[in-house]
Amino acid sequence: MIELENAAYNYGGGELLNDMSLRLQPGSFHFLTGPSGAGKSTFLKLCYMELVASGGAVQVFGTDVRDLERDQIAMARRRIGVVHQDCKFLDHLSVAENIALPLTVSGRDVQAEQQNLNELISWVGLTSQQNQRPPELSGGERQRAALARAIIMDPDVILADEPTGNVDWEMSQRLLSLLIELNRMGKSVLIATHDLNLIRMAKSQISARVLRIKDKRLQLAGADL
Amino acid sequence: MFEVVRGDPQADRVVPPSGFTSWLTVFTSGAMAFLAVFALALSFATGRLADRWASELAQSSTVRISAPLEELDLQTRAAQEVLRTTPGVARSRILSEEEQRLLLEPWFGPDLPVEELPIPRLIEVVEDADGYDAEGLRLRLAAEAPGAFLDDHTRWRRPLINAAERLRLLGWLAIGLIGASVAAMITLAARAALAANAQVIRVTRLVGATDTYIARAFVRRFTVRAFGGGLVGAVLGMIAVALLPSASEAGGFLTGLGFVGWQWLWPLVIPLLVATVAFWATRGAALRVLKEVT
Repeated sequence: MIELENAAYNYGGGELLNDMSLRLQPGSFHFLTGPSGAGKSTFLKLCYMELVASGGAVQVFGTDVRDLERDQIAMARRRIGVVHQDCKFLDHLSVAENIALPLTVSGRDVQAEQQNLNELISWVGLTSQQNQRPPELSGGERQRAALARAIIMDPDVILADEPTGNVDWEMSQRLLSLLIELNRMGKSVLIATHDLNLIRMAKSQISARVLRIKDKRLQLAGADL
Repeated sequence: MFEVVRGDPQADRVVPPSGFTSWLTVFTSGAMAFLAVFALALSFATGRLADRWASELAQSSTVRISAPLEELDLQTRAAQEVLRTTPGVARSRILSEEEQRLLLEPWFGPDLPVEELPIPRLIEVVEDADGYDAEGLRLRLAAEAPGAFLDDHTRWRRPLINAAERLRLLGWLAIGLIGASVAAMITLAARAALAANAQVIRVTRLVGATDTYIARAFVRRFTVRAFGGGLVGAVLGMIAVALLPSASEAGGFLTGLGFVGWQWLWPLVIPLLVATVAFWATRGAALRVLKEVT
């Protein structure tokens, strides 16, 4: 679904990532770890085409990203659910409207999908907060709302950038449970995190591959986890 | 364009209205539409003036007879006979002393003793729809009445008509410049709105919005505002034109500034033109800005 082959990314004249190769298969579960500033977020941005690799190749759903027109990129993004570290909400919209945003921008009738939307909001436990504005939510609630928005379009792949970065351990477990449940539904999941406890907990429940960015390169980790 | 008119409440919610750009758009559109109504009125008025001068002056001409007093009547009769037998001349008549006095009054004042002055005799010639051959008539007059001179007003009619045509052209040029100004101002306002909504654009792009979808939300808003402002400006302009003093002989050209009959419908086209200009200006600005967003 998403495939990186010797992908590299340079920024400001310097090399940030180099020789990155990864193939996200349907139903796979990956963790991407590494110290802060290693390039985890940049790696995810290459996967959902917010950045374009300066070397190598990135293929999304079988097409090289460099061959995609802007509208084709938008269509491909509808098949990739992204949970951003800072959530990226529109503060003038309610929580429910933010969660429904991918439906809205893809021209689908939100009213017709209201039942699915309500079920999803209930699934992430935000029924009583759905009419609030994003700034009124706690960190955990924001992350759950971001997760709900990421999966509203029933995507094939879910990319999550530090989804438990601003929440307590209990909420981290809850978010991880939701992501594992999605994986069991057949979604491919890639989580960028530096939280090793989260990775250990996930590995106790599912078969997950752990990748580490070290010295600008992607390595298979796991033995030390 | 149809989708802009139809609207999409869901999409409209995504992009929040931004305060000063909406007022800037409405005010600019209104002010420019108001000015465009006057430019249009100027253009129509000069057009009417040019047509009137052309038709009035083209259908009448003058034969002036300057001859010694003892030959004046003889040459006048000869000239009248020539005119009577000239194809294209509908009628001719000798101007009375009273009419000549009135013609000279602006320069010499009333009570001018016309009968004591050696002023030429004037014959007013009115041509029919086909007109006459001016050169042929001149030759015949020269042969029959050597003191007669045909003035068909061509010499001074042409510059007047040219001036009116130029004024009409200037009116249309003003409308064109007003349209360009609307486009420039709305482009600036649209770019400001796009910059103010950079986060909205970024987030909507990331969740799968196409450039056309994002642009449409801005385009619709600016087009509707421009149409509303343009409509108010055009109506106010029409009221202002209607309140101008009505045309009169004494007032001349300025009091004739306005619309006549079906011409009153023309200012109603201005809001549509303003909206069309706003549509393309915003769309162009939005698509250019969006190309810079990944």
